[in-house]
Amino acid sequence: MSPFTILPVLLPLIGGILLLMARPAGIQTQRILSLILISLLVGVSLVSFKLASTDVMQVVLLGNWQAPFGIVIVLDRLSAMMLLLTSLLALAALWYAIRTDTDKQGQHFHVLFQLQLFGLNGAFMTGDVFNLFVFFEVLLLASYGLLLHGGGRLRTRAGLHYVVINLVGSTLFLFAVGTLYGILGTLNIADMAIAVQNVSAEDQGIVATAAVLLLVVFGIKAAMFPLYLWLPGAYAYTSAPVAALFAIMTKVGLYSIIRVHGTVFGEAAGDLAFVHIQWVLLLGLITLALAALGVLAARALRRQVAYLILASVATLMIAIGINSEAALTATFYYLIHSTLLGAAMFLIADVILRGRGIYADSFTKAIPVDRPVLVGSVFMLLGIALTGMPPLSGFFGKVMILNSALAHPWFAAILSVVLIGGLIMIIAVCRSGSLLFYSVQKDKSQQTSPLNKSAFIAVVMLMLVSPLMVIFAKPLNNMSAQIAAQLYDQQAYINAVLDTLSHGETGK
Amino acid sequence: MEWLIASVIAVMTGCGVYLTLRARTFPVVLGLTMLAYAVNVFLFTMGRLQIGFPAVIDPAAAGYTDPLPQALVLTAIVIAFGMTAFLIVLALKARSELGNDHVDGLHRSDDELKATKHNSAKSDSERSTS
Repeated sequence: MSPFTILPVLLPLIGGILLLMARPAGIQTQRILSLILISLLVGVSLVSFKLASTDVMQVVLLGNWQAPFGIVIVLDRLSAMMLLLTSLLALAALWYAIRTDTDKQGQHFHVLFQLQLFGLNGAFMTGDVFNLFVFFEVLLLASYGLLLHGGGRLRTRAGLHYVVINLVGSTLFLFAVGTLYGILGTLNIADMAIAVQNVSAEDQGIVATAAVLLLVVFGIKAAMFPLYLWLPGAYAYTSAPVAALFAIMTKVGLYSIIRVHGTVFGEAAGDLAFVHIQWVLLLGLITLALAALGVLAARALRRQVAYLILASVATLMIAIGINSEAALTATFYYLIHSTLLGAAMFLIADVILRGRGIYADSFTKAIPVDRPVLVGSVFMLLGIALTGMPPLSGFFGKVMILNSALAHPWFAAILSVVLIGGLIMIIAVCRSGSLLFYSVQKDKSQQTSPLNKSAFIAVVMLMLVSPLMVIFAKPLNNMSAQIAAQLYDQQAYINAVLDTLSHGETGK
Repeated sequence: MEWLIASVIAVMTGCGVYLTLRARTFPVVLGLTMLAYAVNVFLFTMGRLQIGFPAVIDPAAAGYTDPLPQALVLTAIVIAFGMTAFLIVLALKARSELGNDHVDGLHRSDDELKATKHNSAKSDSERSTS
């Protein structure tokens, strides 16, 4: 155990407070401070990643209370990967927000941004279900502020829906947590995993209900059918950097399913093993089918990108639902890809929107954007990556997922939904690309606004992740395989968390 | 007592769900508050119902109640309180920006509103004359 472990959680909290106090110093100071803090966070996440890449899990006991009684912060390979992914995404989103002056549209953008990261990092590292609830609330409250940042009619309306559905989700979370506590008598994830093995036959139904209720809660976060209806509105109408950062928000739901359900209702859980997994697979398939139709039906680019994000989340749900080590390996590869590339797609939608003046991002004949070749090629590459066409990373991710699906009894359904969904999305993105970049007309009354080059760097950087993920596919795949192997070894997690007694005593 | 607590939770949850599904923002806020109350009572009972036992160690005590649900409820109350405050402000903002308090911010054009008002007024007067 190293005290460094908790730094990824503490740094954004301290950063948020610092930025709040730096407000009188003006927006420039806040921007510089914010950039420094996020760069520091990237560094800290890198060190955490290195710390976690040994097979020893880093466990911090808050207040030095012994494991099942106090709250633990656990850093394993999966948490470290999510931390690194979040900080890289945050850096790109923040750069874009600063270069496009999005942060000037309202108050406290930088403070909320840091607190959002505080909530995210906390959720990725906590080893306690109730603490997970608390961090969920932290990240949600910050996300409400960020989502509504800048204001506007459509944004307020989408924000209202987002807040209400998430409040319902929080209530359900508490119901599920209460039920689990009532039966299992503990809320520490590792301790729950042990307690669930000794549940009496008559209580099994109640625990299974709580497990599915918890799945509903995480399903709201991950935008799982039929709980995804808030996503297209919320993501399409918020400001672009926020939408880009929110690409990680749906993944929090998926992470929680992997972490909580995967550990507590894993192989060792006896009759309750994998109570959730068929639901994840089935709902993932339905979500993907509907998301593909949504991509096709969208009448504006930002809405289409929101549905593309939904499709990538659904693909991940299917991969989790396949429930094998190979599938989980593919999940992590695809998760990195879809988070960063999805964020890039939101940013380029904003670039196009800014370039087209009053036509915004609607699929109509309009004035051409500035530098159509550059913007168009980046859009095309992103489209290829997100719809899963060769030679970019989306294709490799999908191949890995489909390859692992072959061993599953539902492989015919999985293959057909993923492939047909992919085809529909390719057609839709091709159509929108040709509409946006070829179907143009000069309009004297409309002025093309010039491309914001320094903001565009963020898009290009995120886009470059895709070819890099192809070039370094082998090491990345090894890393994902190691994460999956660690997750499948639940006993190691339980031991690491509960055997901290000796550490705690030597620490005194 | 179990029956009483269980029915209290059930009724509050039922009312909360009903109100949350209403079309105006204020009933929705009330509904979410009701749901939060219901879940707080629910969490509290998860430590089992006991009367007159302390939660903190006391040499004279014959038994204890579970202190953890009480800590959880405290946290949940604080969070629900903050969220409700935020939601009320948001509902007010939505009311002022969208021009009505419908959760979907439905925009009926002014003419349409006048027409319906006119019709209802007419039918009222017709009813009164007949």
